[in-house]
Amino acid sequence: MAREIMKEIHDEIAKNKVLVYMKGTPSFPMCGFSAAVVEALRDTGYPFAHVNILEDQEKREGIKAFSNWPTIPQIYVDGKFVGGCDILRELHASGELQQMLDKAFAGSGESAKA
Amino acid sequence: MTTTEIEALIRDGMPGSRVEVIDEVGDGNHFRAVVVSPGFAGKGRVERHQMVYAALKGAMADRIHALSIQTYTPEEGERA
Repeated sequence: MAREIMKEIHDEIAKNKVLVYMKGTPSFPMCGFSAAVVEALRDTGYPFAHVNILEDQEKREGIKAFSNWPTIPQIYVDGKFVGGCDILRELHASGELQQMLDKAFAGSGESAKA
Repeated sequence: MTTTEIEALIRDGMPGSRVEVIDEVGDGNHFRAVVVSPGFAGKGRVERHQMVYAALKGAMADRIHALSIQTYTPEEGERA
């Protein structure tokens, strides 16, 4: 059965409160932009899932079509596309990222590490 | 690609916009684009960036490795 890449992407975005499509992994980011995004997300104290698109060429192209966004990394919160590295840096600098995740995790029992 | 080529693409794709592209690292691969356009009014960050990407007509896929984008309306531009 052919792989339904768009459904796969949709499902994993829906399943994870915060998901980042990146090059490499949080502990071994393979690109400066992916590393910067991991730093910003870690700074919020909330857990996040990741997909290493270097290990999945089909998903690497699929995710670009999925959000009409030509670059990696890509960040999703509560099933919604938030942006790439530039936008995430802006959100982090303005404090909006923290507020966004506070809201996303509110009432889910998981709190930011103090 | 060169900064002038990228500036031209964005200007053609977004008439009425002011564009400045800088080669941040000097390697013809890592660019920063500052785009001021009335077309950004009322649009969020993601939508604004997608407008710039659309103007680049696929150049992001293979000809531009990294492009950092800053978007402003003319009013925001004055305050930046």
